[in-house]
Amino acid sequence: MAAYIRATANISAQNTFEGYQALSEPIAYTNNRLSCVEPDYKEFIDPKMLRRMSRIIKMGVTAAMKCLQEANIKMPDAIITGTAYGCMDDTGTFLSKMIEFNEEMLSPTAFIQSTHNTVGAQIALMLQCHNYNNTFVHRGFSFESALIDAKMLLHEGTANNVLVGGLDEITGYSHVILSRFNIYRSGPVSNINLFKTSSKGTIAGEGATFFLLSGDSSVNNYARLDAIHTFYKPSNIAEIEQNISAFLTVNSIGIDEIDLVITGRNGDAKGDAIYQQLNNSVFKDLPAANYKHLCGEYPTASSFALWLAANILKTGTVHPVLLEKHKDEKEIKRILVYNHYQNTHHSLYLVSAC
Amino acid sequence: MQSPVLIAGLGIISAIGNNTSENITALENGIAGMGDIIYLNSIHRQKIPVAEVKMSNEELAGRSGLSSQISRTALLGTIAAEEAFNDSGIRGLANTRIGFVSANTVGGMDKTEQFFSEFLTNPQKGRLRDVVHHECGSITEIIAEKLGISNFVTTISTACSSSANAIIYAARLIKNNILDAVVAGGADALTKFTLNGFNTLMILDSDACKPFDENRKGLNLGEGAAYVVLVSGSLIAKLKKDPYCKLSGYCNANDAFHQTASSPEGEGSFLAMQGALKNSGLNPRDIDYINLHGTGTQNNDISEGIAIKRLFGPVYPKMSSTKSFTGHTLGASGSVEAVLSALSVKHGMVYPNLRFDTPMQGLPFAPETKFSKNEPIEHVLSNSFGFGGNCSSLIFSKN
Repeated sequence: MAAYIRATANISAQNTFEGYQALSEPIAYTNNRLSCVEPDYKEFIDPKMLRRMSRIIKMGVTAAMKCLQEANIKMPDAIITGTAYGCMDDTGTFLSKMIEFNEEMLSPTAFIQSTHNTVGAQIALMLQCHNYNNTFVHRGFSFESALIDAKMLLHEGTANNVLVGGLDEITGYSHVILSRFNIYRSGPVSNINLFKTSSKGTIAGEGATFFLLSGDSSVNNYARLDAIHTFYKPSNIAEIEQNISAFLTVNSIGIDEIDLVITGRNGDAKGDAIYQQLNNSVFKDLPAANYKHLCGEYPTASSFALWLAANILKTGTVHPVLLEKHKDEKEIKRILVYNHYQNTHHSLYLVSAC
Repeated sequence: MQSPVLIAGLGIISAIGNNTSENITALENGIAGMGDIIYLNSIHRQKIPVAEVKMSNEELAGRSGLSSQISRTALLGTIAAEEAFNDSGIRGLANTRIGFVSANTVGGMDKTEQFFSEFLTNPQKGRLRDVVHHECGSITEIIAEKLGISNFVTTISTACSSSANAIIYAARLIKNNILDAVVAGGADALTKFTLNGFNTLMILDSDACKPFDENRKGLNLGEGAAYVVLVSGSLIAKLKKDPYCKLSGYCNANDAFHQTASSPEGEGSFLAMQGALKNSGLNPRDIDYINLHGTGTQNNDISEGIAIKRLFGPVYPKMSSTKSFTGHTLGASGSVEAVLSALSVKHGMVYPNLRFDTPMQGLPFAPETKFSKNEPIEHVLSNSFGFGGNCSSLIFSKN
């Protein structure tokens, strides 16, 4: 059964909550930590609930609510989230207090909200939604696993409208710790010019992106999510190429039928070498777009790419800030999204115009 | 619509045994696993009883072939997953799409705690190797690597229902013809983070827990890991092996009542059990034994009990909470109880609900208090409910 993207909402380091058009005026950053532009949560969440929520919960719930509003769906048949880190702010708060006060005089609030399923649970609570509810927490496959779950539910006929999202946050603690692994650029770095200098490291990002996947076709849908494929720890570039070719073959698509490939370049020389090699082989002659200079790198960043694919197919527009290479103006009917997270978690999405 | 998904292998490590046969022996002899804290370095030692696996990290490392510096959750998970995978007979099969779907609630938190105590004094301090496996998915990948599974690997975390949802997802990957076999379950070691978290909620019993008893005072935290190996009907035909049973039904529902508390009418539990029955094509009368979620907290047991009353009354199947043996193993509890439920179907075993004394007011039924085997058991229902309202039920049936 086909899965249609009926609606989508995205909170990122860009003004994407206002819509895709925001990328015509991208926000420039000069540091290695891209924080989300946060919307006015009060429009979406009861102030009493809002007070208790950490940032990732607010962002996740708000993106979910906006997505449902746009879809005009009050009660989804399933709520599925993907998050590698979960609610790290609450986790860090409880952990540091526990150590600071030597396991005494602790309040339960941060612990209660630290579980990885908190965002999915809060959405269910606000909607009074008793339906299927699941949370995937597998690093660079968190969002992919959630999407596969959503596609299976539609295929099984147990759900017709599935709310599915990918989200992760940066916290003060997490940025300091992850920086010690030397995965980010040091010194001032221009996100807009990220790909102009090749060096070690990327820029940290975060975000919350939700989709309403529906089994019903409609002229209002953004796009159709045809297929997803994940592969883990490929041993070399040939294995990556083989996975991409096999994915297209299984879906009866020739590479010349792809109008645009969106890749997960993040500015790290070693990781980006994979995309460059593919540009000389399977992706040769394909128009290409990038996005991680806009939202930063995080384990569920491929949800930003899917949001992008859906919007490009709906509007027929590719904002210049996204384009890496392009051919003569051609209508974009089919997009291939290819992302890898630390050369461990590789994923492919095939998305078509309705 | 599809052929059934069968259970070809089981593996478990818990406070009552380091493998399947040790767990059965303890259940048969009524020997519970809770006691004073031995291995966890906490100020609550000798105050709060827990159900620890009776081995140090060094001993677990010896058994698992991993470093003793690795998170205890990965050590426990590897031991149970290896047992299940070897038991299944699918290891090394050519042309078979094998996946690993695992669950846990706090990833490598036991090591993160060590890292953080130094890190908080100076952000440049703390050994990075202690925090590198903080993520839940990282624990899964350590275990997957030991199993040699790379085809499909993922992790689920829905609090105390996590590993029940891992089993459901695994079954659906097989039914959707994405995989042929999946090692599915979960692992959670005790951590100071979870012990203190539950302690602040004031739902820990200072003695051994009494699930479904009128005078219950709370739960005991436990630790462990358990996995089932799910295989497709066509794959089982190729294995020269009788499956333990089949996974005949399942359902995931949400209570949508409160972040931590269950609704008084047990709506989420009711919907999960009702949905699992519908999914399996069975009626309440068909269920011979319920392995309860039965944590021993005031709130869970009355909520679950009322949901059972609504769905099953006036005739009740046998039921018990094996958390009276293993403690509440959180992310592992769904799969710990799935393994025990599969064994219940296979050997006709009903487990006792230890320390049960007084029936709960308002519930016209009481749990089993004696071990029995060779009972005519066709269908077993297993419940797993968690924070965030996540409620999942599984049904295991004779093949």
